[in-house]
Amino acid sequence: MATKQANETLAPTRTFSARLARGLREPSRSFIITFIVVVLLAFFLSPLLRITLNSFKTPSQVAELGTPLYPAKARVVEYQGKEYEIYKVPFAEGVRELALYKKGRATSEFIDPANLDAPPIVWTGAWRSLDRAWEFAPTLTNYQQVWDLLDYPRLMFNTIALAVIGTFGTLISNILVAYGFARFRIPGKQLLFTIVIATVFLPEAVTLIPTYTFYVKIGWIGTWLPLLVPAFFANAFDIFLLRQFFLTIPREMDEAAKVDGAGPFRILRSVILPQAWPAVIAVGIFHFVYAWNDYFAPLIYLSTRPDLQPISVGLARFNSIYGNKPELTQAGTILTLIIPVIIFIFMQKFFMQGVVITGVDK
Amino acid sequence: MNSFKELLTIPRLKPIARREALQGLAFISIWFIGFFIFTLIPMLATLAFSFSNINLAQEEALRFVGFGNYQKMLSDSSLRNALGVTLKYALIALPVGLAVPFAVAVLLNNKHLRAKGFFRVMFYLPYVIPFVAGIFAWGGLLNPEQGWINQTLEALGVQNPPGWLNDPLWVYPSLVILGLWGIGSAVIIYLASLQGVPTELYDAAKVDGAGWWATMRNVTLPMMSPVIFYSLVLGIVGVFQYFLVPLVVTDGTGRPGGATMFFNLYMYKTFFTFQNMSYGAAQAWVLFILILVVTIFLFWSSKYWVYYAGETREG
Repeated sequence: MATKQANETLAPTRTFSARLARGLREPSRSFIITFIVVVLLAFFLSPLLRITLNSFKTPSQVAELGTPLYPAKARVVEYQGKEYEIYKVPFAEGVRELALYKKGRATSEFIDPANLDAPPIVWTGAWRSLDRAWEFAPTLTNYQQVWDLLDYPRLMFNTIALAVIGTFGTLISNILVAYGFARFRIPGKQLLFTIVIATVFLPEAVTLIPTYTFYVKIGWIGTWLPLLVPAFFANAFDIFLLRQFFLTIPREMDEAAKVDGAGPFRILRSVILPQAWPAVIAVGIFHFVYAWNDYFAPLIYLSTRPDLQPISVGLARFNSIYGNKPELTQAGTILTLIIPVIIFIFMQKFFMQGVVITGVDK
Repeated sequence: MNSFKELLTIPRLKPIARREALQGLAFISIWFIGFFIFTLIPMLATLAFSFSNINLAQEEALRFVGFGNYQKMLSDSSLRNALGVTLKYALIALPVGLAVPFAVAVLLNNKHLRAKGFFRVMFYLPYVIPFVAGIFAWGGLLNPEQGWINQTLEALGVQNPPGWLNDPLWVYPSLVILGLWGIGSAVIIYLASLQGVPTELYDAAKVDGAGWWATMRNVTLPMMSPVIFYSLVLGIVGVFQYFLVPLVVTDGTGRPGGATMFFNLYMYKTFFTFQNMSYGAAQAWVLFILILVVTIFLFWSSKYWVYYAGETREG
């Protein structure tokens, strides 16, 4: 009894000191872990940063060594009708930014941009060892050039058209099939569903040659049909995602609608869909991004028709032609990824939900 | 499984039940029609091709060659190399593909981390970037002379930084790095399932005096095993079919020195460059069977290491 009492009186002090210790430790722990994640993220996204910066640089800045990471141009000053480059010149009293006026091997003459009329300043040392003074100067010419060279409006139209039509087909077909799996008592349904899911493991290569040959026979090569028609027949991933979501919607509401004489389409439209829109949006944006990303199918089916190709194929072709002009290919890369990234930033909530439904409920 | 027989019971159902079943079948038939047209029939046609001599490059009378194409694979050294390339890549890509998203998820799940939502979105972001764009973005970073990675290594005093994509050995880690932008989805899945581990289990582990590693090994990993299993299966299926990235990086040439001539790339070359349809078809079926065998093995093995909460564990 006595020991218990002692414990009780001790307990608050212990938790207080523990809380105090934690209170002191917590911010620094938060700082360390957040710092680690920031560094990781910086590495993870550094390619994006690099191409963004490079896409605003002039070709000469990309090619030259020792230039800043950001788009910049060397600062110059005009003096007596001629341009002189500005260097960072070290003196005993500190570094001064001066324009190189007369180059010499052992000594050079500089002028002060702030005071051009003053006599030239003589500096002893090799001017080649000096750092230039830079100023932030992004250029848009790469984008202007790529816009035309890549035929960007054309590619963008093709990509958006393919993505929109394909998304439309994907939504209609998958909603219907998922509804069939989620809401109807069908003998043997479990096996049928297992067959659907099993197709996730099928390698595409095993269907490619006959399909390709068949498309050649019926004249679909060089058209959008091989890319669009299959989207109208649903696919395992989206069926799974939508079915999982439909199953969480209480059945009582369907039954009530049924009693009121609603048919299956009516129930789907007025009961299921209004409650399933997060999953529907997820499927839609996943397909949209997939279509934007699709490379191989458009490559093989549209190789003869560059005017019908989407942007990923166009970008790869552009890179094989202009590979030696990184500032152009990087501007092209930015133009390719910018729209999916913008869509993602606005729709990220639905992306996350969709991933969780397919990935975790398995 | 009697399920096929169950389908045959539909005509004998009571009218209301029969109507429901037929309506349901009408809805799901959309998928099955597509499956027959775009998957099953072409698959069987591929099988039929593989026993024939269809070859667009040389016109020969069509005939049945039995297992000739399959025998040819056994003596084809380029094919053996391609399989070796795929395996070498898989040995790096699979562990990295499992561990990196897992580690990122564990970090993002840390209770001391600030701005969690922001980081979660940022690690997912590159997943939506078209992979062709991703390749060119990382390709610049990995550039041996001008890339930031080698410039950083040189600044740190590394004498001969790797040639990355130009080096027959470093090309595999480079391709794995190029693939890192696809981890977003796995991170979110791991994160969601980490958050789904009941806190009672962690409390119990703490009471038992378990440290970080013991908790990870005995609580977190077993509870996460279904998701790890799911990632592993999809990862293996994906790695067997890997070829798009090397196709874009090397224009399908397999450089440096054939180091990126993956099994699938070789197969597509057999179709589209050599136009040897029957031989390509045989390769496709071998690939299919390989994937099937590995997947079946994984599902069989899962009962020994995958823990499904709520089910009794056998053995």
